[in-house]
Amino acid sequence: MVVIETHGLSKRYGRVVAVEDLNLEVKEGEVFGLLGPNGSGKTTTILMLLGLTEPTKGEARVLGLDPMREPLKVKSRVGYLPDQVGFYGELTAWENLRYTTRLLGLPEGEAQARIEEVLKRMGLWEVRDRRVSAFSRGMRQRLGLAEVLLKRPKVAILDEPTLGLDPEAAREFLELIKGLKAEGITILLSSHLLHQVQEVCDRVGLFHKGRLALLGTVEELAQRVLGGGYEILVEASPGLEESFRTLAGVARVEAEGGRYRILASRDLRPELARIAVEHGQLLGLALRRPSLDEVYAHYFKEVAHAA
Amino acid sequence: MRREGSPWTGLWAVFFKEMADHLTGIRMRILEGLILLSALAAVYTGTQTLRQTVGEDPYLYLKLLTTAQDPLPSFVGFLSFFVPLAAIALAFDAVNGEYARGTLSRILSQPIYRDALLFGKFLAGLGTLAVLLLALFLLVVGLGLFTLGVPPGGEEMGRAFFFLLATLAYAGFWLALGLLFSVLFRQPATAALAAIGVWLFFAVFFPILTDLAAGALLLQADPFDPESQLKQANLALWISRLSPNTLYAETLTAVLNPAVRSLGPILITQLEGAVLGTPLPLSQSLLLVWPQLTGLVSLVILLFTLAYVSFQRQEVRA
Ligand SMILES: Nc1ncnc2c1ncn2[C@@H]1O[C@H](COP(=O)(O)OP(=O)(O)OP(=O)(O)O)[C@@H](O)[C@H]1O
Ligand SMILES: [Mg+2]
Repeated sequence: MVVIETHGLSKRYGRVVAVEDLNLEVKEGEVFGLLGPNGSGKTTTILMLLGLTEPTKGEARVLGLDPMREPLKVKSRVGYLPDQVGFYGELTAWENLRYTTRLLGLPEGEAQARIEEVLKRMGLWEVRDRRVSAFSRGMRQRLGLAEVLLKRPKVAILDEPTLGLDPEAAREFLELIKGLKAEGITILLSSHLLHQVQEVCDRVGLFHKGRLALLGTVEELAQRVLGGGYEILVEASPGLEESFRTLAGVARVEAEGGRYRILASRDLRPELARIAVEHGQLLGLALRRPSLDEVYAHYFKEVAHAA
Repeated sequence: MRREGSPWTGLWAVFFKEMADHLTGIRMRILEGLILLSALAAVYTGTQTLRQTVGEDPYLYLKLLTTAQDPLPSFVGFLSFFVPLAAIALAFDAVNGEYARGTLSRILSQPIYRDALLFGKFLAGLGTLAVLLLALFLLVVGLGLFTLGVPPGGEEMGRAFFFLLATLAYAGFWLALGLLFSVLFRQPATAALAAIGVWLFFAVFFPILTDLAAGALLLQADPFDPESQLKQANLALWISRLSPNTLYAETLTAVLNPAVRSLGPILITQLEGAVLGTPLPLSQSLLLVWPQLTGLVSLVILLFTLAYVSFQRQEVRA
């Protein structure tokens, strides 16, 4: 089932084009990454999906509903974690969530139970009576995710969820997001830190100046842009470049002494290992997912060349 | 395009949250202290003056509210000074504060419309001021009972009720103004300054301007034709009524002083058959100030609508 879809969605601010002709489909249970550099239109797209900003052209459907016509229904089913999420500093974590449950119109008993559940899940139960002004950035972010879960959402939209978190906290946060996926929640997340989120995303869309430039799984994109969806690192005796290149499925080989970087369309580790052992020593062999940063950089170098 | 769902979903959630914030906030403590002190001072002088005449005056409590003794203004005088400041203090950071804290997009992503947020904040401000006014009024009546020793009459309480209602409408004007500026200006300090600027304008400069205008208008009148003089005087009066302060002051004059029979120039012929000095019944006094009261309320609605429209057009991100 398609959960989020857009047709020709566009947004202009005066003469600035924020989003142009966006066509997107996100399926149920998927983690979709909306990726791109600063100012490429990620937040604008998200705001249009929630009915918080009116599109200039085109239309969006979230869970089959039009966010401009039925914003209340959309917003009661879709959880949203804004970038730079803010809370009322003078209230405690518990009180902040209590306000949200009132806005959601939850009955008292149900509200209490849900608040307890989400606070425990996000590891904030011990600090529930502390004022949010004393919270660290990471705690705030987890409180934001707790608030998203309060709704028991079908879809969670997270804008820059790892922004401002240290690498360890970011990794933990991404684990929490994976947990949501396991529950069957469809997730749309945006980020400009491609390498950081590429692991949790089933599919990604790469934005460039308001346009969706590339769309697909990370492997598909690497295949299309770099010519190989698999990146294999080999450490062996020097001079094996030519033999590696003759293998079927190898797109590119870069060599530096005894270190090789091979881009291939499938997992060629067994074949590469055999060649290396036949010609000398095999010291190391590793398969890496190709990095989205590379895909992105490569793609736009080519686009710039073509222009 | 038609929106689905009620614009008032979540209104009471916002109302109770904001009201609780106001009532527990430090800002409110300061205001309460200020108003309380000045009210006590005013009532004290009032009772000192009135002690001598207890028993002779049927409207003792109304006098208590309005008697001034140099250098202190009356209770009503204090109130009309402080109420605008209190209202502005409650509203100037209502919307821009949410932007600054980064809470706006989070709140608006809950299933409510912006209508509920803005109106909830307005009602909460009004509710807070109503609680404050009522408490203050009961305090004054209590003190009066204690020092004067006579209970207030029914007619007096009726008039006092409408006095409180008019004060609330007047507070509503400044609340709506503060709310409007909190939408228009991103910096709370700018919004506060602008609102206080408007208040100063109406409190200090507007009377000067209307005086000048009245003088100029009277000069244009034919000195030998009373009819043209009356016309010009009426025109000047209407100009002065463009200020909420005038509307409020006129309402108070008629509501708190039963002897007032007109709020403008009257001709001696119009008084023919009137028994001068006899008090007007409450219903007649109300009839007298009805235009002023509705004018004040329409100003509130106008300002709130402006705030509403500009808030609807704003982007949710800061
Ligand atoms: N209110 C506004 N008025 C004018 N232009 C705007 C407004 N909001 C956004 N823009 C422009 O729209 C474009 C897209 O902005 P958007 O915030 O969607 O980007 P983003 O991908 O979320 O960037 P970031 O990674 O920095 O969050 C930018 O060029 C921005 O300058
Ligand atoms: Mg953004």
